[in-house]
Amino acid sequence: MASPAVSAPARRRGWVRGLRSLYARPSSALGTTLVAIFLALAVLGPLATPYGATEQVYTERSQPPSLRHLFGTDHLGRDVFSRVVAGDRDIFLLAGSGTLIAVVVGTLLGLLATYRGGWLEEVTYRFFDSLLAVPALLLALLLLGSLGPSRTSVLAVIAVAYTPIVARVVRSVVLDTKTKEYVLAARMQGESTAFILGREILPSVLPALAVESALRFSYSIFLVASLGFLGVGVQPPNPDWGLMVSEARDFVYITPWTLTFPALAISLLVIGVNLLADGLKRVLQVGVEP
Amino acid sequence: MSGEGAGPLVEFEGVTVAYRRGRRWTPAVRGVDLRIDAGVTYGLVGESGSGKSTLALALLQVLPPNGRVIEGTIRYRGRALDRLSAAARRTEFHRRVALVPQDPLPSLNPARTVGRQIEEVVDPSGRAGGGARGRALAMLEAVGMADPERVARAYPHQLSGGMQQRVLIAMALAGEPDLLVLDEPTTNLDVTTEVTILDLVRELVRDRDTAVLYVSHSLGVVAELCDRVAVLYAGELVEDASTRALFARPRHPYTQGLFDSVPRLGTTRRLVALRPIPGRIPAPTALPVGCVFAPRCPIAIDACRRAQPPLEPAGDGAVRCIRWREIEAGEADPHQAAPPSRVAATAERVDAVLDVVELRKHFLLRRSLAELVAGVPQRAVRAVEDISLTVRRGHTLGLVGESGSGKSTTARAIVGLDPASAGAIHVVGQQVDRVLERRPAIAIRQLQMVFQSSDEALNPYRTVGAALRRPFRRLAGLSRAEAGDRVRRLLQDVQLTADYAGRRPAELSGGEKQRVAIARAFAAEPEVLVFDESVSGLDVSVQAAILNLVSSLQEERGTGYLFISHDLAVVSFLADYVTVVYLGRVMESGPADRVLQPPYHPYTEALLSAIPLLEPGAERSHVRLEGEVPSPVDTPAGCPFHTRCPRVLGEICRTEAPPWRPAGDDHGVYCHIPLEELSAVQVPALRSERREGGGGGKGDRG
Repeated sequence: MASPAVSAPARRRGWVRGLRSLYARPSSALGTTLVAIFLALAVLGPLATPYGATEQVYTERSQPPSLRHLFGTDHLGRDVFSRVVAGDRDIFLLAGSGTLIAVVVGTLLGLLATYRGGWLEEVTYRFFDSLLAVPALLLALLLLGSLGPSRTSVLAVIAVAYTPIVARVVRSVVLDTKTKEYVLAARMQGESTAFILGREILPSVLPALAVESALRFSYSIFLVASLGFLGVGVQPPNPDWGLMVSEARDFVYITPWTLTFPALAISLLVIGVNLLADGLKRVLQVGVEP
Repeated sequence: MSGEGAGPLVEFEGVTVAYRRGRRWTPAVRGVDLRIDAGVTYGLVGESGSGKSTLALALLQVLPPNGRVIEGTIRYRGRALDRLSAAARRTEFHRRVALVPQDPLPSLNPARTVGRQIEEVVDPSGRAGGGARGRALAMLEAVGMADPERVARAYPHQLSGGMQQRVLIAMALAGEPDLLVLDEPTTNLDVTTEVTILDLVRELVRDRDTAVLYVSHSLGVVAELCDRVAVLYAGELVEDASTRALFARPRHPYTQGLFDSVPRLGTTRRLVALRPIPGRIPAPTALPVGCVFAPRCPIAIDACRRAQPPLEPAGDGAVRCIRWREIEAGEADPHQAAPPSRVAATAERVDAVLDVVELRKHFLLRRSLAELVAGVPQRAVRAVEDISLTVRRGHTLGLVGESGSGKSTTARAIVGLDPASAGAIHVVGQQVDRVLERRPAIAIRQLQMVFQSSDEALNPYRTVGAALRRPFRRLAGLSRAEAGDRVRRLLQDVQLTADYAGRRPAELSGGEKQRVAIARAFAAEPEVLVFDESVSGLDVSVQAAILNLVSSLQEERGTGYLFISHDLAVVSFLADYVTVVYLGRVMESGPADRVLQPPYHPYTEALLSAIPLLEPGAERSHVRLEGEVPSPVDTPAGCPFHTRCPRVLGEICRTEAPPWRPAGDDHGVYCHIPLEELSAVQVPALRSERREGGGGGKGDRG
């Protein structure tokens, strides 16, 4: 009998084993480390930064990187390091919760619509197909045009753009799983749809879902940054990475560090998340057989 | 053709083949000595995990990249294969040796016609021009294609499985090989197709002086075809003998165990229980010290567990058992102990627990837009057409038919997973809805099902205990502790220990998974249990144990069984009543002993005569079916079987639906031929005077 006392350490061992296999490959080790650093900075946020993100010090304008200002300051005398860290927290919140909404909604709809089949599946997926036909950035511009630029709108954009993709991934697994004999056996025992979806089907969806979530997160980061850069997303003076890159363009010859560090942050985080997703895919695929 | 005298064509000398996993090499085949002479048909028999396919692949030099012959040599015409240069290997070996694989479709190029692919073999350089075409057509004709021209123009996917296999045999023989390796070529085919392929191979080989290595898990198939048999167990050759000698008196306890595990036509559980081999085949990473079979052997002694027995010459072959002389002299009994057969022979009428009346299942085909506009009526696949059947308390109804006969569709329609289009279903006297989800909980509990595949039967993410506890909690409303208690008892009932509750499906063998699946179905305490090909995927020794288990559970609990299988021998072992279906229609039904004796429906006759018997050279009826099973979209008018029936009368069979001809005792057939005429022309498929020995049980073969 698997009593809770036994299964809790077993689960923890699973985590440790998972992390260990992530670190077994150099590329996924790098990805995991990068994501961990960015995540730590996001959590620590203001505690890790010497200055406020919007704090302007007139006398310290356009300073190159130094010990006082690790990443230098911009033309308004704001500390670039503090702004990058604050932007990091912002992007985790925005891209993270946007991705979370997309994953949760996409999974629920995908599970239910695909399992039930019939008109529900038809309607749901035709609608998703029509959303997918529009490029994400165009969709974002359309939505932001009507909602007006704000954090909530950016969140909505991510959710609308990525829910259909998550739902498609879920669908491919559910289609395969719902005809499996153990699912039929559960039906033969009069189990409810909720039980069958949650306990019999969802576990098979999780590995693919974890990988897809990581990928969606990296795309979301890019989308948030792109929208900031285009000026339709997060508005000044908020420390958004895309916005910072956009603002720094005019000063690229005078204060190149104001462009370099936010751009580097975007690239490193996106690369890190992608490598992590790659690693997750390997670990979870192997991990199906306990 | 060969004319090289009497030397062996192929020789295995102490061949050990290993696979690399991580940094370790694990041997899958160990120290095999075997010689195949020119023109000999050799059977290579073993259960899954025995290494039989590995050995065949090693011979053909096509092991997967992580596999290698690490010891010993394989010689072809006296020359070691690993010493041949790549060019010599291609021209002198691969052109002379051909393979027919188990699954034909992946071996055929989907983008080229069958004719072109055979031409390539006939004339690899493509210089012969028109001559190759003619040879290809001749080959197709030789493998029994009625219309070689049409087949040559077809693409592989346009042919049925049996036809694809014929094409591959044609391709293999087109190069006029010295040696033909067939790797389970009929395992995925229906019995009636299998038997025609076996006939074909036998005929072709006889005419050609080609040696054959026939890899199979089925002793019956080997008995039908082969001159000699080699038995593999856990990667070791345990016995090698001429087919007659082997079937007359096996010298190795494992061979004996295999014989005793196979249900034979006419052996029912009312007469004798099967004798399964206990335990399971050892993993190649965890081999026992001494004889590999010792842990499962009924006559193992201490010496067996100390050292590996040598392969000793015995009679016209060899055997790897230190007690073979005692076995041969009858001093040691290699039979597994027979489990007690507690099955009482009852013929009294008891009430029906499942009554199905005129069940019908049609799948509507989608029309294209053009068809919709043109007003083409919507067509339907008539998968099940008016099937009626009754399952009685404590009794088993066997439902038999080939693939495409609609037997699985019938099962799923009865339990409501794929609801029927029409018909009435009564469970313990109550009519129930055709849709499972609309049935009351009590009806769901009373009618349960065991599925086919042991691999899919259990959720890989949930423990055995979690899967089994659920029906107790849900359908019986027990508390968690009570349910845990019941799970332990249930596991004992299916002969598993209580610690299996904590395991996950990946840690179980195929037979163990199927035991858990059976336990899960019994957890709800059903009145009727539907088995849909539930033992078909298992090795014979495991299958025997499951059949015994299923039989004794029925005896204890009085559950009615609807047992669906394509294997008439398995059905005849378990069933009290048999219903034979073809193209979704009942052909014959009645008590098992009556259905298996003449007069029977011509289709039953063909099925029975297709079953390989375990008696080499046995005299028997030879009824063969021509052609393919017609598509259920355009079911033939009149009798659905008339397109393939060897006893077709004429016009009446093509136009009129056949009448039900009762033969007494609920037995009857749907046929235009009167019963008296059927009895007059049909011979029994099994010799009814044969008795299975209950105790010693030897000496009645051969």
